[in-house]
Amino acid sequence: MNTILRYIFLNLFVRLIVNIILGVNVRNRDRLPEVGPAIIIANHNSHLDAMVLITILKQKAMKIVRPVAAMDYFLKNPLLSWFSQKIIRIIPLRRDVKFVKEDMFSDCYDSLKKNEILIFFPEGSRGEPEKISVFKSGISRISEKFPNVPIIPVFMHGLGKALPKGEAILVPFFCDVFVGNSFQWTGDRGSFMDMLGTRMAALEQEGSYL
Amino acid sequence: MPFNIIVCLMGLFVMLSIASTVVFVLKKIKPQKDYKELSHRVKSWWIMIIIFSLAMILSKKVSILFFGFLSFLALKEYLSMIPTRRADHRVLFWAYLSILIQYYWVYSGWYGMFLIFIPLYVFLLLPLRMVLIGQTQGFLNAAGTLHWGLMTTVYSISHVSFFLVMPKIGGLVAGNGGWVLYLVFLTQFNDVAQYITGKTFGKHKIIPKVSPNKTYEGFFGGVIVTCVLAYLIAPILTPLSPIHSIIAGLIISTAGFIGDVVISALKRDLGLKDSGAMLPGHGGILDRIDSLTYTAPLFFHFVRYLYY
Repeated sequence: MNTILRYIFLNLFVRLIVNIILGVNVRNRDRLPEVGPAIIIANHNSHLDAMVLITILKQKAMKIVRPVAAMDYFLKNPLLSWFSQKIIRIIPLRRDVKFVKEDMFSDCYDSLKKNEILIFFPEGSRGEPEKISVFKSGISRISEKFPNVPIIPVFMHGLGKALPKGEAILVPFFCDVFVGNSFQWTGDRGSFMDMLGTRMAALEQEGSYL
Repeated sequence: MPFNIIVCLMGLFVMLSIASTVVFVLKKIKPQKDYKELSHRVKSWWIMIIIFSLAMILSKKVSILFFGFLSFLALKEYLSMIPTRRADHRVLFWAYLSILIQYYWVYSGWYGMFLIFIPLYVFLLLPLRMVLIGQTQGFLNAAGTLHWGLMTTVYSISHVSFFLVMPKIGGLVAGNGGWVLYLVFLTQFNDVAQYITGKTFGKHKIIPKVSPNKTYEGFFGGVIVTCVLAYLIAPILTPLSPIHSIIAGLIISTAGFIGDVVISALKRDLGLKDSGAMLPGHGGILDRIDSLTYTAPLFFHFVRYLYY
């Protein structure tokens, strides 16, 4: 039942919003993963980010994609919790500091072991619209554990204008999505975060004429 | 559906087929040359003309919806190009809503309201909405650019669709749709004619600071071709007298050129090459309807003054 609802929601409702009301130009769509395990890393400005990333994937990949999202926000009431977990199929993440020392990413590890595709927003929060804030290093812990899983950096532009944090009304804007070449674990956390930073900055540059 | 419109639409498809054949032959004769852009262009033309034909054939309602949707895409493209203020999020929502309202006036045939809604009511009310939000920094810039965009993408383009609700007059051999087809075809063909004559004979730059590829030869080539076509097609689609049809050709070719370079100036100001990426080979929607933003209101009032 939830699978059918998910299929209908993503393919009719979300596709309608993403393709007709917004309009998304994807540069280098073929670089997106078709099979798992893989990790898509993107900048985060809007609730639309995960929706757009899910719908630009091929149907086969769409079935196994899991956005990693904050537990305190998405599980705050039963309805949103059902919707987030069963329809969007998020992996809830505890952001509260107390639990950081435990393995906060254990659900992510399980998911990668099941050959799923993770969507990860290393900024941790949507933040100021259309600005990249500092990447948190949690993602490097996941990559360290799964050094062979490809990391695909994606830069999105315009969604923070369409539906910024704190706004309930969606305003149509064309959005651009730049998909980068995949890379893998670099050997240590510092160089991994540097690599991620450079790749994202390069993708942002690609769209700087906009 | 008037017979003459069907004939003209068929004519369009014959022209497109010829264009596709030419591209195919060119690719075969000179495989070393790159015809990617040309072939993308022709393919996009196929899609645009098929959608446009369907919109024209199905019903008046569908045609008006089609132009409303065109305005929506154009405004969205425009707003995505220009810098907008974060504070104006809700103002932009109202701007989008004005498309629906403007095309409702068209649909209901309320000429007076159609004419003043955007230049007057929207012009007065959107700044009020901005003031209620209270962000004064960049106010004039935001109010000015938003209104310019609405006038260009919504007000101007809605004139094409208003032809559809004009009263019936004598000599309308192809119905009100005849005006629309006549205007849109001549505007688009003028672009193509200017492009081709410019590429073939172009030497003297006409407006190098804005559009370095535009030449006097291209401009006058377009004017001549468009006037001849305007004269030839007028009896099939419109009640225009021969002399009026030639003046219509002059208006459409000149205004089309101006619309084209005005949008070019806008893109140059923003540092862009194309307004978007919706139509492969053409760029964005605005790149395709730039000429129409000038030809539609001017041709509309020319016709209305003389025949209604």
